Amino acid sequence: MTLAEKILARKAGMAKVSPGEIVMAKVDCAMMTDILGPRVHIADELKRLGCPVWDTSKTVVVADHYTPAANAKQAGIVAFSRNWAREAGVDNYFEGMGPCHQLLAEKGFSLPGTLMVGTDSHTCTAGAFGCFGTGIGSTEMLGVLVTGEIWLRVPETIKFNWKGKLPKGVMAKDVILKSIGDIGHAGATYKVMEFVGSAISEMPVDERMCITNMAVEAGAKTGLMAPDQKIFDYLKAVGKTDYEPLYSDVDAVYSRELSYDAAKLTPQVACPHEVDNVKDVTEVVGTKIDQIYIGSCTGGRLHDLAVTASLLKNRKVSSQCRLMVSPASHDVWLKASKAGILDTLAEAGAMILAPSCGACLGLHSGALASGEKCLSTTNRNFIGRMGSKESEVYLSSPATAAVSAIEGRIADPREFFKGG
Amino acid sequence: MSQYIIRGRVHKYGDNINTDIISPGQYMELSYTEIAAHAMEGVDPGFSRKVKPGDIVVAGKNFGSGSSRETAPIALKYAGVGAVVADFFARIFYRNCINIGLPVVELPEVEDINAGDELEIQLLEGKVLNITQGKTYQFTALPQHILEMIQEGGLVSLLEKKVACK
Repeated sequence: MTLAEKILARKAGMAKVSPGEIVMAKVDCAMMTDILGPRVHIADELKRLGCPVWDTSKTVVVADHYTPAANAKQAGIVAFSRNWAREAGVDNYFEGMGPCHQLLAEKGFSLPGTLMVGTDSHTCTAGAFGCFGTGIGSTEMLGVLVTGEIWLRVPETIKFNWKGKLPKGVMAKDVILKSIGDIGHAGATYKVMEFVGSAISEMPVDERMCITNMAVEAGAKTGLMAPDQKIFDYLKAVGKTDYEPLYSDVDAVYSRELSYDAAKLTPQVACPHEVDNVKDVTEVVGTKIDQIYIGSCTGGRLHDLAVTASLLKNRKVSSQCRLMVSPASHDVWLKASKAGILDTLAEAGAMILAPSCGACLGLHSGALASGEKCLSTTNRNFIGRMGSKESEVYLSSPATAAVSAIEGRIADPREFFKGG
Repeated sequence: MSQYIIRGRVHKYGDNINTDIISPGQYMELSYTEIAAHAMEGVDPGFSRKVKPGDIVVAGKNFGSGSSRETAPIALKYAGVGAVVADFFARIFYRNCINIGLPVVELPEVEDINAGDELEIQLLEGKVLNITQGKTYQFTALPQHILEMIQEGGLVSLLEKKVACK
């Protein structure tokens, strides 16, 4: 069996499951955001049904989309989420601490061999820990909160084997953009993407999470990786040692296998308005950019900020554009601050924003005007995603974003590593 | 009319109509009625004014890709849409539609269907009648328990019957 099949078999209490089979699986962690959490049916319906939350220790509420609130309506939604968590006895409530997927990892909820559901499509981020994380709707979450279970169709798995060493200036974001570009934005619909190979195992945990985070952009149910010592060390540091990892069998059956030589990968850019509209950076170098955004559950982790700072040190953001940086969590902010990273970024001219989902989907803190172009380290470049319907979003790695901020145009980060 | 039969006029769209088009992020803080007023704004700003109760959205591949936001099917339902027909759907959107009781039909012949055609969808029989063109298309009917959920108005009604926490 594949890793995905093994986790679902464990959670369904079955010895074996096969793709296509529908199983009733027990949930280990149910996460709700402010935007799609208690306020969307859930609170009212639980009250009407007269049901308590099945297990408050397994339930997490994160106010991350509307924090800091831009107006009274958003503030009202945050307040509603906060009050609901208190009344429901959910102690795992986090507000203004950053995007949920980063927090779920930092707070030790993304555990190997477990099943996580969340009312945010990027719940697949937890796959970097060998945790079957998947996004669900709010009504479906209501069902989970009442019963602790969810029906799932056992998915086929596509294997992505990334062998070799990534060149300087090429990052995990380039790996996932290339993978999505190859299979298309519906290439993994109803399937799982499993990432293996030396390029993956060489990566720090931060980088791995960038890859699994974007599995849903190819339509996938989740993106998975085999947990290793780096994952165990990460979890130990956040106080978690009690879990049982699972791994794909050597004879596991995959619906498709793709192999890559990481050494040949070039920086990739997803052009408007689809995530699979992926081009080699050299094809778009010189495109004038108004805003560069480095942040989110995809591209705002400590490693991303460190790479950005290393490129911006003793350099300035172009007067032709603005650079906004939103650390992916309060913890990332603190670590970046203590390491002097935030100082370097601010000295270069960056605007440092609160940890939040805000700009990524045009809710607040960095929305785009009509006619503006943004290069972003986030996960979606759909029409109107970051503001005006007449704006354009390009997606890239933090390295590409950082050097583009210096140039005011899309630039190739490899140029900045030459001779160094 | 039974909820197993939906009859209405077609609003036709192309491939990859994602959740940010169906329910733009910036309106998600508003009420369902206001969210519905902005439905499909990314590709068709006049949609909510044109759509009549029971009308059918017909689109191409990968309908509903992107976010898990339930406001996407809610926007369509509150705008009056009776069903969505597409070549195929993104998985979270597909589940969300069923869970809120909005019928979804996967049909490879969507290219054949034109804007303004009148369709009758027979969910139990797995048939789509194109009344305007005098054609019939077959699709694999959803399993009985899923159809029951749609008939009941979604997962909540089903939960009501199944759980007795009170």
